[in-house]
Amino acid sequence: MSNLSVPPAKSVPYARAFAGLLMRDLRVLRREVGPFILRVGMQPLLFLFVFTYVFPHIGQANAVGGANFATVLLPGLMAVAIMFSGIAAVALPLSQEFGITREIDDRVMCPLPVSAVAIEKICFSALQSILAALLVLPLAYLIPANPVHAHVASWPMLVITLILASLVSGALGLAIGSNVRPQQIGLVFSIVVVPITFLGCVYYPWAVLSRVRWLQIAVLLNPIVYMSEGLRTALTPGVPHMPSLLIVFALLLSLALLGMVGLKGFLRKVIS
Amino acid sequence: MIVEIAGLTKVYEDKQQRVTAVDGIDLSVEQGELFGLLGPNGAGKTTTIGICTTRTHPTSGRVSIAGVDVIARPAAARRNIGVVPQFNTLDRSLTVFENLYFHCKYFGFSNSDSRERANTLLRQFLLHERGDSFPMQLSGGLQQRVQIARAIAHRPAVLFLDEPSAGLDPQSRIAMWDAVRALRQEGITVVLTTHYMEEADALCDRVAIIDHGKLLALGAPAELKTTLGADTVIELELRQSDGIQPLIALLENMAQIKSVEIKSGGLRLFAHGTDGLLPEIVNAAQNYGVRDISINEPSLETVFIRLTGRELRE
Repeated sequence: MSNLSVPPAKSVPYARAFAGLLMRDLRVLRREVGPFILRVGMQPLLFLFVFTYVFPHIGQANAVGGANFATVLLPGLMAVAIMFSGIAAVALPLSQEFGITREIDDRVMCPLPVSAVAIEKICFSALQSILAALLVLPLAYLIPANPVHAHVASWPMLVITLILASLVSGALGLAIGSNVRPQQIGLVFSIVVVPITFLGCVYYPWAVLSRVRWLQIAVLLNPIVYMSEGLRTALTPGVPHMPSLLIVFALLLSLALLGMVGLKGFLRKVIS
Repeated sequence: MIVEIAGLTKVYEDKQQRVTAVDGIDLSVEQGELFGLLGPNGAGKTTTIGICTTRTHPTSGRVSIAGVDVIARPAAARRNIGVVPQFNTLDRSLTVFENLYFHCKYFGFSNSDSRERANTLLRQFLLHERGDSFPMQLSGGLQQRVQIARAIAHRPAVLFLDEPSAGLDPQSRIAMWDAVRALRQEGITVVLTTHYMEEADALCDRVAIIDHGKLLALGAPAELKTTLGADTVIELELRQSDGIQPLIALLENMAQIKSVEIKSGGLRLFAHGTDGLLPEIVNAAQNYGVRDISINEPSLETVFIRLTGRELRE
């Protein structure tokens, strides 16, 4: 085997290196299946339990936008699961690896462009996000006291939203993980992640915000809004939702912006 | 030449200050050579290695490794490069075996080739019993060995070791030296940085002495030492060092003494042969109160002191 010759076609070795990175992440994930399920499942489980099981039983049943709360909540909780998974899969580990352990170095030294290492992080995080979102589905059928009215109204919309939303969440994770020092990650969690979740049209459809007009406009900057609304369009069409095209466009735009910020931060961290 | 460095500079600039870490270095390393960059901390060694290994963009200059321009084609260049950085970068989520296995996968090996290569390396580096351990369960010396094994797993042309013995106990350091020497039998070119002159002396075929980002001297350790023109270095500690000029003149006139240098608390004499010299020196210096006199063979340390007027380890 010759060490010195450089293969003429770049794409094959790049693809192999990329596949190697994905396999490494899969191996690590496989080892942590239990913690992974607990991590992504706990929040939707408790949410559903308190708001759609306990509340109806203690006479606090609520309905928003003409649908029962569990139905409104399902797409929202999937969006939150997607988002948190991106933070947990990319932002937290990356911030650690940059700040303390420097483990990312071995992957940066792979024979492919450094940006591809960052893109792999986004892709793998997206995979976890999709798993996390799908995990919400059985919970939503098992827990609520009143049945959830969901059916797949549009498979293309479901698939596109799931994939785009998951990639956006990975890009957000990359943007946070590569720009925030590990000591400050808790702070960013409180001032960025928690607000965008609470104001992400998770617990109510965007349309009903018309009664708080300024908020309805302000939250358009929040990518979670489009994740929730996109899943609403695909899964619970009975609940009012945004137009599909707008959702897809906004998710693409978020992906481009967050991806750029994330890649830039990543490159700045590993190349001096 | 397997490594070629030409006109390399790196200037770090921010609002407060401007630091020239590498200041016009030209170097080339031959295939199969064990090459050392010797210099104190902050001399620019790590920055130079960083540029060679595609992790730092130079301000100007050119580096090519095995014929590939590392600045223009970093991804392709990384195929020819193995790196052991100063800090431990083992993948803590993977076992020792998996660290080697996935490294091979990153470099395009098939599953079976990766497994075979990882097992071979575990045996070669006497790690076969630790394959299932996680890196954090190993001692520093063993972790270092895994790092070296991983760095050469894809059969790079050049292995870069940045301060390989930093933080190792003496025994692990010797074991590391043996591992590095063994690599050259495989034909791997090794470039290492160190601020331990013993390490450069014991390991390297050629040494480049670097300070303040500049190359001060280059050659085989023995060759560098002969540039002193002396085979003995005498350290003379004096109680009193005021008005020392007459003594220096007196010493410089002695045939065996090649040169005299002032150091803190005394003088450093570079001599050729010592027969009968010591009593003469003690006699000459008696008015200054001789506290101690010691004789050493010249080392790379003395070469460094000669070149910079400073000690290597401050």
